[in-house]
Amino acid sequence: MATAGSELSNQSQPLWLLAELTYRCPLQCPYCSNPVEMAKYKNELSTEDWIRVMQQSRKMGATQLGFSGGEPLVRKDLEILIKEARSLGYYTNLITSGVGMDESRIVAFKEAGLDHIQISFQASNEELNNYIGGTKSFQHKYEMARLVKKYEYPMVLNIVLHRKNVSQIKDILDMTVDLNADYVELASTQYYGWSRVNIDQLLPTKEQLMHAESIAREYQEKMKDKMKIIYVIPDYFENRPKKCMNGWGNIFLTIAPDGSALPCHAAGQLPGLQFPNVRDHNVDWIWNDSPDFNKFRGTSWMKEPCSSCDEKHKDLGGCRCQAYMLTGDATNADPVCDKSPFHEKLHGDVERIAKLSGNKEFESKPLIFRNMKNSKEISNKKTPESV
Amino acid sequence: MELKNETILEIVPTFRVQWEEVQNCYVVLYPEGMVKLSQSAGEIMKRVDGKKSISDIIMDVSATFDGADVNEDVMKFLEVVYGNGWIRVK
Repeated sequence: MATAGSELSNQSQPLWLLAELTYRCPLQCPYCSNPVEMAKYKNELSTEDWIRVMQQSRKMGATQLGFSGGEPLVRKDLEILIKEARSLGYYTNLITSGVGMDESRIVAFKEAGLDHIQISFQASNEELNNYIGGTKSFQHKYEMARLVKKYEYPMVLNIVLHRKNVSQIKDILDMTVDLNADYVELASTQYYGWSRVNIDQLLPTKEQLMHAESIAREYQEKMKDKMKIIYVIPDYFENRPKKCMNGWGNIFLTIAPDGSALPCHAAGQLPGLQFPNVRDHNVDWIWNDSPDFNKFRGTSWMKEPCSSCDEKHKDLGGCRCQAYMLTGDATNADPVCDKSPFHEKLHGDVERIAKLSGNKEFESKPLIFRNMKNSKEISNKKTPESV
Repeated sequence: MELKNETILEIVPTFRVQWEEVQNCYVVLYPEGMVKLSQSAGEIMKRVDGKKSISDIIMDVSATFDGADVNEDVMKFLEVVYGNGWIRVK
């Protein structure tokens, strides 16, 4: 991707537009990155609203457009939006569970100009896949992945890894080989939103991760001319934070189903944001002038240990949401960094879960599935400490 | 496989080359990613169309750069992007 200078933040461009068309979804994955309070988001943007957002963002340099959700296939106007996006010159990505797809829709998307389809799998076998997704979907996903290739789309398969499925990584990779994927994203769970609620059940052990990494490397080598495998280890096991979203308000623009604009799809949980809405403002103002998008742009907002750190331009202090969740203050350093005074606390969590994992009683604790009922319950009693 | 002067190349369908007004350059787009091309790289990539042979491309690019000898540079660049999987033999 482009490298915009972090100091010259006014030169940044929203290259990546993530259109979260809806939070409705037939799946209930307990690590979903949608906000836990998603039940509060009603009143989805209309087709015309989305077209306006796409036009305005394209004018500002956006090239990649992700249709996401929830499950974007729920939107009946998806074909219209794809067609409009393609004619504007976007590279159009459909990020889907595959549930709600069929052959005629795959053909219609092709005619509308869709460039790429990403399908998620929850596991490599029916039982675990359907359990984690909270719905009977495995066979259908498999059929849809075959059809995506039949109609010559580039196909990305995305599998979110966590303690319940990471040991099956070899089977997962064999499945992606069988399905002829062009890219495979082995995405370690990031602990925001729903996955934070379920962290005790999802955080893998160090041993599991080392095993997974060695298998992933083996397949990367073995498949290097046929399939690109992207393996991301969870940052809880690192000592330096990631450059989250490549910097706040630097290249990513997320629009939530109700039209709120966010620098990252998890940022809705941060206090003190105003959530400018595309119904009230144009994208140019939101990106360049809104207080939200300038709040953590560049480095001037930083406190110690970040402000005097010689690596501050490298990671820009890490993830604001993680800093807020784990320290109660979004302007703190991401505690993944071992210079953060909260780093030990984070490792304490990792060690506590590692000790308990495998324990029968601990492992049988139920997952909180992502659905509107649980969203309402959690939202009603939520304080920052309870998640 | 070795690229020869008479080889005809095309862009692999996963990738798309297009002019970007805001970036003021050609870019290569692919699933969830983008690479900005330098001026000379853009001049080469925009000519990969499934019709022109490599020698056609070389002549064309040379004309754009006032008849400069671009033979080796074009060949080297095409070999790299062939290795990247952006282009294939038609």
